[in-house]
Amino acid sequence: MRNGNGKDKDGFKGAVRSFVASFGWPRIIIALFIVALFFLAPAAKVEIPSALSDVLNRFGMNAVLVLAMVPMVQSGCGLNFGLPIGVIAGLLGSTLAIQVVSVGPLVGIFKPGLPVFILAIILAMPFAALFGWAYGKLLNRVKGDEMIIATYVGWAAVSFMSIMWLILPYSAPTMIWAYKGYQLRSTIAVAGFYDKVLSSFLAIRIGDFVFPTGMILFVALMCLVVWLFFRTKAGTAMTAVGSNPDYARASGVDASRARILSVVASCMLGAVGIIVYQQSYGFIQVYNGPLMAAFPAVAALLIGGASVNKASIVNVVVGTLLYQGMITMTPKVINSLLQSDMAEVLRIIIANGMILYALTRKSKVAR
Amino acid sequence: MDEDCPLLSLEHITKDFDGTVVLSDVSFKLCKGEILGLVGENGAGKTTLMRILFGMPVIAETGGFQGRCCIDGESVDFKSPFDALDAGIGMVHQEFSLISAFTTAENILLNRECTHPSFLNEVFGDRMSVLDRDAIRERAERSIEKLGVKLDPDMLVSEMPVGHKQFTEIAREINRDGIRVLVLDEPTAVLTESEAEVLLSGMRSLADQGISIIFISHRLHEVLEVADRIVVLRDGKLVKDVSAKGVTVKEVSAWMVGRDVEAKRASGAHREFGPEFLRLDKLWVDMPGERVNEVSISVRKGEIFGIGGLAGQGKLGIPNGVMGLQLAGGEALLDGQAIPLNDPRAALSMGMAFVSEDRRGVGLLLDESLDWNIAFTAMQIQDRYLKPFLGSRFLRFRDDRGMRELAQEYVDALEIKCTGVRQRAKELSGGNQQKVCLAKAFAIKPKLLFVSEPTRGIDVGAKRLVLDALLKYNRENGMTIVMISSELEELRSICDRIAIVDEGRVAGILPPEAHLEDFGLLMSGRGATEEARVANA
Amino acid sequence: MNGLQKNSRFLRDNLVVFIFLALSLAALPFSGQAGAIPDNLMARVTRNAFLVFALIIPIYAGMGINFSMTLGAMAGQIGLIFCVDWNVVGVWGLLFSAVIGTPIAILFGLLAGSVLNRCKGREMVTSLILGFFMEGVYQLIVLYMFGSVLPLRSPNIELSRGYGVRNILNLATVRGSLDDLVAIKTPAISLGGLVLSPVKIPLVTIAIIVALAFFIVWFKKTKLGQDMRAVGNDMAVAKAAGINVDRTRIISIVISTVLACYGQIIFLQSINNMMTTDAQSQTGFMAAAAILVGGATASHASIKNVLIGVTLLHFMFETVPNAAPRVFGQADVAEYFRSFLSFGVIALSLVLHAYREKKKEEEARRANRIAAGETAAANAAAAAEGGRA
Repeated sequence: MRNGNGKDKDGFKGAVRSFVASFGWPRIIIALFIVALFFLAPAAKVEIPSALSDVLNRFGMNAVLVLAMVPMVQSGCGLNFGLPIGVIAGLLGSTLAIQVVSVGPLVGIFKPGLPVFILAIILAMPFAALFGWAYGKLLNRVKGDEMIIATYVGWAAVSFMSIMWLILPYSAPTMIWAYKGYQLRSTIAVAGFYDKVLSSFLAIRIGDFVFPTGMILFVALMCLVVWLFFRTKAGTAMTAVGSNPDYARASGVDASRARILSVVASCMLGAVGIIVYQQSYGFIQVYNGPLMAAFPAVAALLIGGASVNKASIVNVVVGTLLYQGMITMTPKVINSLLQSDMAEVLRIIIANGMILYALTRKSKVAR
Repeated sequence: MDEDCPLLSLEHITKDFDGTVVLSDVSFKLCKGEILGLVGENGAGKTTLMRILFGMPVIAETGGFQGRCCIDGESVDFKSPFDALDAGIGMVHQEFSLISAFTTAENILLNRECTHPSFLNEVFGDRMSVLDRDAIRERAERSIEKLGVKLDPDMLVSEMPVGHKQFTEIAREINRDGIRVLVLDEPTAVLTESEAEVLLSGMRSLADQGISIIFISHRLHEVLEVADRIVVLRDGKLVKDVSAKGVTVKEVSAWMVGRDVEAKRASGAHREFGPEFLRLDKLWVDMPGERVNEVSISVRKGEIFGIGGLAGQGKLGIPNGVMGLQLAGGEALLDGQAIPLNDPRAALSMGMAFVSEDRRGVGLLLDESLDWNIAFTAMQIQDRYLKPFLGSRFLRFRDDRGMRELAQEYVDALEIKCTGVRQRAKELSGGNQQKVCLAKAFAIKPKLLFVSEPTRGIDVGAKRLVLDALLKYNRENGMTIVMISSELEELRSICDRIAIVDEGRVAGILPPEAHLEDFGLLMSGRGATEEARVANA
Repeated sequence: MNGLQKNSRFLRDNLVVFIFLALSLAALPFSGQAGAIPDNLMARVTRNAFLVFALIIPIYAGMGINFSMTLGAMAGQIGLIFCVDWNVVGVWGLLFSAVIGTPIAILFGLLAGSVLNRCKGREMVTSLILGFFMEGVYQLIVLYMFGSVLPLRSPNIELSRGYGVRNILNLATVRGSLDDLVAIKTPAISLGGLVLSPVKIPLVTIAIIVALAFFIVWFKKTKLGQDMRAVGNDMAVAKAAGINVDRTRIISIVISTVLACYGQIIFLQSINNMMTTDAQSQTGFMAAAAILVGGATASHASIKNVLIGVTLLHFMFETVPNAAPRVFGQADVAEYFRSFLSFGVIALSLVLHAYREKKKEEEARRANRIAAGETAAANAAAAAEGGRA
């Protein structure tokens, strides 16, 4: 009698227990914490409908960035602390798109709105693929120390690109400093290009509550794409490489290739993710903007129940909801109740605490 | 040698693991300055016996043992290897336990360094004492001298030849204060002939200085050369405890493998085989711990070819090398076509499959379900279980239902006990896991199957089922099988021919009905094989 | 042949050093005020060297770069907050800060050590995240506990809301107290067209750094130092030899944290103000970049690496960022160039190290194979001889 069939027989109690076991205490505590925040919200004079739409909005903004973690975790490369690399590809795509539709040869061809948004994504993809390939090659050479190296390679890339943003010859007037006549601004408005193209698409408005239908649908679409990808031959091989590289090799899978592919996929998703983020946020943040992009995404994924070497789409959705719920609600409720700005500090502690918890957990199963 | 006051005595040692008896009522004595040769096949109980002697935690964790160990006539009960060391028993394991960035002297005195106190001792304790390098060097030199070998105390281990590492290990053990018993587990396995000579004479001189030695080796001629007494274990029982004087290698190997029981053959002895199917020519494989130096064999179509030999001699390297899992060189041909080495995909695509000896490490995706485990290779190599999406050839998705059906088919055929094909592989018992590995290999319908240690670590009933499954696929589907196993009985029960690998080479090929002692001789080291060749001729 | 091999190996092992030396020298002519470099460099090196030494002992113990040394820096900062609050001035103020900081640093070090023992094999990334995590805890202490739970006496460092320490702490009372204790100034030197401005040499600070260097050399010779090397090289062997591996690792982190605490106090006394909540955040990166520029790796470091590294890194900071705007024609490039260099050097040397380790493993296996081949060949030859006889 092994644990397999125990589950079905114990009935409700067993179901609860196995739910707790699979969901994990940290998540339950955070979920309860958020529920408590919603209960306390009226006392803090926080409007629940608008708070809820905030949570949904931020969920949509961040979900694809969190989703970008999944391929690398699944292929055994660990948490993608190098997410800024994918984000940079996205920034290149979005700035190039704005450049070409405002001053380049494509002026007037692309209408503001969805076409520019799609153009941005299309322009970002080759960069994401190229960066991902190089980054994947690098990680393959350093098996074992991936996470710390990814962190620093990501940061080095961000500061290198900062220099590039300064000297690249962008000329679209909405992107450069008006008084200088050149050089990218540190935040670039996407208004007039693709501001809220997804968020306002089919948005449902009930009083203060706004449901960003388009953005949620897009997130669902991306989740579907990833889900389908993991059902292809290459996706299946990737999961096997992450689960047991020796098994995969013995089955004729080129583990290095599978890992590079996963890094490319992560970078592409990161690029799409930041563009989705921009359309909702309204601005493109270049220079040091992407420096810390990886950490909230990593924390969200881990809060969602993923480990250093297993992650699923459910983890992404649950984790992003919980994490964004927490960082939206905590400042509103705690700060107004305690008359302090402690929420930011709490966020740092909870997010990094979650990453720390995942890193120190025995992640390897008994072999 | 005073027979009446033994230094160490083991009395009625009995040990079982979950009901499987691995040692039963083993007793022997060791006198001061005596060299005792401890021999036996794999699984005879040598390792467990030494673990008991050293108080390894694994023994207590698995329910302890019966009987007692006595030193100087007093019963001792070691809680950990460190207790054994304190009592003056040292052991040199097969794997080196040296720090490669340290010198010989540093390694010999590892964690027993000579120091003098410093001003910080008062506050922070003894660990702030300063090392006395000269004293360390001197003490190291003394123990090197005691062993009677030549070693540079200032040489880094990373720059040493293998033999010197072995000497360093032994020097470290005899450096301990009050060392009285030294256990050497296959110390000559990594040495050249001349280094082995040096070591044997070193052992002799240690014994003359009053240190007792338990010498575990499969090189029987070395055991006979140096030991005063020989203890033979077989299947957990002590079968012989005799003076080494006048004993021959042939006798000892006969004691080791036991009486010549006629192996239970599954079917008629005379079988017809096809032409040569697999040919290995001067194959070498760099597999850690199982190195193959030069192996040339030929297997015929439809045959079940057995490869036996003791652990660490290289038999496992052969399938791992041919299948591309370990770095290999030389030539391998399947049905006349060259097998590209170091390319697992090519090997699988040519119609070969491999059931690895490392079931949990290589054979299974422990965290995934059985259908994945069984169908994965077939999907990756043969593009099966992929459904085209909207008729597209390029976009194809996993056919979960097909995979489940395949898995169910093998669950039924091999009687895999599980709650369903979605159960995770790690939740199955060892025997059922092994059947999953077999199913994975059968699923790609191979023309040639390598099975490595198919029955290791599984219970008797499951063993029979696994062997029967192999026989069935051989007889009914004409699958050629190369079976590698440490268990001679098992090889003899289903194989048509059996090669014995020793020190990375084929020592000889025998029919299954050959005398057991001939097999024993082939396994007993190079010197013995000479004897065997003479005997066979 | 052998000499050539040796040379190329020397080059390979010091690749990072050479890359950055070449870069700095190339930038030197474009950097503008070259005459001020010696003085600035002296100030920067003496300010930072102690902190960089804090990284060396965990490397001995095989734990890589201890990015959680920021915990020690935070302990030092807490000490300095108390010191300013109680208005202990001058060198006594620094000593006071050290006395307050030490027990906190030990506590933090014990915590960090036990956390890192739970994730053997990925200590570096964990120590980085631990640093971030403890930054939150530190901010909780500094912004919310000071003035509420912990006493705060002087109102001029308290936030106007009634608790918490102000974002910028003025260190005027202890500023330069160590550097200026005994210092000499060289006269200005004119070299051809170049006028080197006077160099202030803070003798006491230098003496402390030299003393620390000697302590570390001595420490390596102690039993504990030897145990750390053993643990760092092979945990399994060290454990089998009876060394308490986990305890040894924790001690190495505690020492590193305490040294970082002192290092941060020395660093801050040479600067006028302390950014209360994030003065520590740059510390870890800068120290890591310095030791790696000096040719240390995640598994090997020496006094030489520290001294070369801290000098070279700051030489580079003096030249490259100043030269960059001229080269690129953009004034804002300098700041980004500085962070690119420090992140880049860490990334580069970690990659090179990991790559080299992998190569070394492969080489070792190849060497083993050759050795085994020889053994086999020798045995075969002996057999042939025996057969003939």
